[in-house]
Amino acid sequence: MVVLRVIERDAPGAKPPAVALDAVSIAYGGGAQPVYEAVAPTTLRVAESEFVAIVGPTGCGKSTLLNAAAGLLKPASGAVSIFGEPLSGLNGKAGYLFQQDALMPWKTALENVAIALEVGGMASAEARKQAKAWLARVGLSAFADRYPHQLSGGQRKRVGLAQVLIRDPKILLMDEPFGPLDAQTRQIMGTLLLDLWATDRKAVLFVTHDLEEAIALADRVVIMSCGPKARIIGDHAIDLPRPRDVAEVRLDPRFHTLHRAIWSELRDEVTKAYGAAT
Amino acid sequence: MIGISRTKLFALQALVAAVALLIWHVGSTVPIGGTYLLPKFFFSTPGDVIARIWKLFAGGQIWKHLSITLTETVLAFLIGSVGGVLFGFWFARKPIVAAVFDPYVKMANALPRVVLAPIFMLWLGLGIWSKVALGVTLVFFIVFFNVYQGVKEVSSVVLANARLMGMNERQLFRHVYWPSALSWMFSSLHTSVGFALVGAVVGEYLGSAAGLGYLIHEAEGVFDVTGVFAGMVILAAFVLFIDWLVTLIENRLLVWRPQPASHA
Repeated sequence: MVVLRVIERDAPGAKPPAVALDAVSIAYGGGAQPVYEAVAPTTLRVAESEFVAIVGPTGCGKSTLLNAAAGLLKPASGAVSIFGEPLSGLNGKAGYLFQQDALMPWKTALENVAIALEVGGMASAEARKQAKAWLARVGLSAFADRYPHQLSGGQRKRVGLAQVLIRDPKILLMDEPFGPLDAQTRQIMGTLLLDLWATDRKAVLFVTHDLEEAIALADRVVIMSCGPKARIIGDHAIDLPRPRDVAEVRLDPRFHTLHRAIWSELRDEVTKAYGAAT
Repeated sequence: MIGISRTKLFALQALVAAVALLIWHVGSTVPIGGTYLLPKFFFSTPGDVIARIWKLFAGGQIWKHLSITLTETVLAFLIGSVGGVLFGFWFARKPIVAAVFDPYVKMANALPRVVLAPIFMLWLGLGIWSKVALGVTLVFFIVFFNVYQGVKEVSSVVLANARLMGMNERQLFRHVYWPSALSWMFSSLHTSVGFALVGAVVGEYLGSAAGLGYLIHEAEGVFDVTGVFAGMVILAAFVLFIDWLVTLIENRLLVWRPQPASHA
């Protein structure tokens, strides 16, 4: 790092945001290959205890922003700070729930959850005890000794959720975590997520292509345009009361008003993305 | 599974053996138009072969040969596997090493191992170690390529997840790379154990004083076809026994792996 930039636009004394992406851009290629700028300089903040959902058409750079916040991807420009500290390397304060299966197939559900504590040096017996409690919280007590391939897609996501939350991360990063699940299971998982989140209100950055899911879960819905040079084109506060039931909140008239307003923005982008893909 | 009961399947399998033995028996003992379809001198007869096997076991001398071949097989498998695992990991984690050695690995693997047998006999003598060495050259490459692949093909998502969990290199090795490599290695276990045995028997055949390969070679040297067939039958039974042991071990160690669709 030759140039150190101090970006502190928040009012003095205010708590720094849990996640701050300042003019972050993401590019691939370089060298012999032409540079593909996936995400144009983008600024996004997630406050403490805030649940932010990023919505946009599939394949538009939403996940790359998330990976930048996790430290899995180095932005081409801009700065990532976590609770005011510039991020270097992997983000140790964040838990990451992947879209794909990220469980270790050679470990049972219990071992997969317990390992999250064991890597931090906790004794195996204590880690297993806590892992059991977490499996109970996600409703999988009876499946502790199953291997991932013996669980359904929804059950694997529950194990993944327990594996991430048992470490008590300050920030939760979720990359279309319920994408591969069927509609009913998604709603059940959404409600489970909100119930767990309500106990300690971590900062959440939740990526999805499903606008309804985003409105039902989040405090704020951010709309991303379609790549290349994806950027944020809309930012909507969701003032639906909490606690919410993900299935029932969809019947709320306010939900429909919000949905209509946001969809009118999103529709053009989805059409554009669809046109580009075909 | 395939639409018939176990007993029926077993009966059909036994029928195949019975028909084959019958053809062999009739061809070698009943003259058709004055000539034998399967002359005794070249094909022996099932009765003689069974009698010879019985004699070998009853006399007790077979156990020495079996134990020698088994020792060679086990040693070749263990040494080859340990070497394959070490080098597989080293190459997979250090792409520069892999790139530098790539043509030599390919060259060594392309070489038919039988031509190495005389060299090993010169270097290591006619005892078990020249056979072990031959087996090692076969087993090593199978295990090496599988471990290399296993480490290379660890799911990037599982790996990213483990890193975000805070795993250091040592923990990644233990909880991610090693189990993944092991599963690849075990998927080739039947092949590598089989090759360890091939190395042992071929080595014995080419020059030794004991072992199943020696037994067969000796019988062949005096045109004792019955002895050759008896040795082959014992060898086949021995391979099936080892294969069954490997399956037992595999089932214990890879409980986490989904059953292939055809077995489900």
